[in-house]
Amino acid sequence: MTTLANQQMTAKPAKNTREIDTRPLLWPSVIVLFLWMIVPLAMTLYFSVIRYNLLNPMLTGFAGLENYTFLFEDPALWTSLWNTLVLVGSVLIITVVFGTLFAVLYNAEFHGRGVARLLVIAPFFVMPTVSALVWKNMLMHPVNGLFAWLQSLVGMEPTDWFTNYPMLSVIVIVSWQWVPFAFLILLTAIQSLDQEQKEAARIDGAGPVDMFFHIVLPHLNRAISVVIMIETIFLLTIFAEIYVTTSGGPGTATTNLAWLIYSVGLLQFDVGYASAGGVIAVVLANIVAIFLVRTVSRNLQQG
Amino acid sequence: MQDDARRKMWTTALAWFIALVVFFPIFWMAVTAFKTEVDAIATPPSLFFTPTVENFQEVFARSNYGRYVWNSIAVSFGSTILALAFAIPAAYAMAFFPTKRTPGTLLWMLSTKMMPPVGVLIPMYLLFRDMGLLDTVTGLMMIYTLINMPIVIWMLYTYFKDVPNEIMEAGRVDGATPIQELFLLLIPLAVPGIASTGLLSIILSWNEAFWSLNLTSSNGAPLTAFIASYSSPQGLFWAKLSAASLMAIAPILVVGWMSQKQLVSGLTFGAVK
Repeated sequence: MTTLANQQMTAKPAKNTREIDTRPLLWPSVIVLFLWMIVPLAMTLYFSVIRYNLLNPMLTGFAGLENYTFLFEDPALWTSLWNTLVLVGSVLIITVVFGTLFAVLYNAEFHGRGVARLLVIAPFFVMPTVSALVWKNMLMHPVNGLFAWLQSLVGMEPTDWFTNYPMLSVIVIVSWQWVPFAFLILLTAIQSLDQEQKEAARIDGAGPVDMFFHIVLPHLNRAISVVIMIETIFLLTIFAEIYVTTSGGPGTATTNLAWLIYSVGLLQFDVGYASAGGVIAVVLANIVAIFLVRTVSRNLQQG
Repeated sequence: MQDDARRKMWTTALAWFIALVVFFPIFWMAVTAFKTEVDAIATPPSLFFTPTVENFQEVFARSNYGRYVWNSIAVSFGSTILALAFAIPAAYAMAFFPTKRTPGTLLWMLSTKMMPPVGVLIPMYLLFRDMGLLDTVTGLMMIYTLINMPIVIWMLYTYFKDVPNEIMEAGRVDGATPIQELFLLLIPLAVPGIASTGLLSIILSWNEAFWSLNLTSSNGAPLTAFIASYSSPQGLFWAKLSAASLMAIAPILVVGWMSQKQLVSGLTFGAVK
């Protein structure tokens, strides 16, 4: 802190605010973020082109694209990419549809609106390991779970969710956590909708359905795209929910890219191979990130 | 008029029905926390039971729960304080002394947040192993500081931009150095903004479950990792799981409810206000 202050003292006195040397203020953050961005990524890239297995120290040397070749020939990669796509896609559709409908519903006037809204956003603040375990045990357990009991009430056989519908179960849990997020963002966005515009449309004889499609939805357009992009970044690497429920199984039924990399790298200790997977994850995330950064930067320019 | 009243009634009914369904898993967990283990797994589920606080006592007595709570507190508060220490000067510099490069710098900071953690899991694990940081609070705190810093800088930048420049100018005329300006003028003015930024950072760190599961196991493990240990298939300890979970989520749920507005702009990098 003293060096920082000293450097500020020695900077020439500013007549214009633009002339102050801001480097000592800005650079600490820039430097640590730069290291955080570049060092692990460079290591991942490096590991992905060498032979490196923690269990087999004899295995060394440059591997070229060997790890990538193995990876692309491994059916597990394609399964995991497909699973990632199914998981991300389903959760996105569910959260955007329900988030939008909830935002419209909870924007209307009704008794106890404030409290009802709090209840709906609550799941977003529950840590992922807790939500996954509560769903897995207390709700979806095939013998003692609440769903099993409800099914038996109407004379159905209880469903063994995680054995028969593992991916669906994971999707349900993750959606329960992320619908509140979409809802919260879209509710905030819907509140900025011009009341007069709505009133004018109503006077022109627009019904609720017309209103939704021609006024509300266009207004929410950008908020929805922001929700989709931010969720995609988080959902691409869903991990904790799979860790405590299915461990990627049965078989590879719920192995997404994150779980594949984890199991190859930290359970089978094949660093080179796992790092090649890591590079794929980075590339995928970056494709999404480009769109997000563009949207945000447009916003930054507007004001 | 009557039409309006009827519509409001239906909206109330539907909205409350949905709210209760969505909230139900949390409610059910809270109820289970006060059951005995036998009641917890009973079919049909027992609705009328004698509440007990035994589970809470047992969680503390049997599992070193206090240490995990302390780890969670240390990691989330520690990383938040660190992130703020880095971010406040940076946001101040960019908000009050913008250059041509400022928008680019902000976007670049945001883009570091896009790095999927799993893409750098392996090298971070090996680095932590070699530096003796595996399973330590310090290591996890460093990671959380880094992953939250972009959001913290962005939120502070947004708040600082709303502070009227005239106030800062006035200070400058009185001969305040930029450092004095920051500590004596800006920080006192921006306390609410700094506080809500800090809250968001605490919430995110408290619930983070990728790095905590991968880099800690016992000594440095926060609550997210401890709760995961209940996933072992041996035995059904639902009442204890519920008690431990309830205590783990209750404080952060309250904080989250209080700061939902700030959360929106923080999580969307100001794209939705």
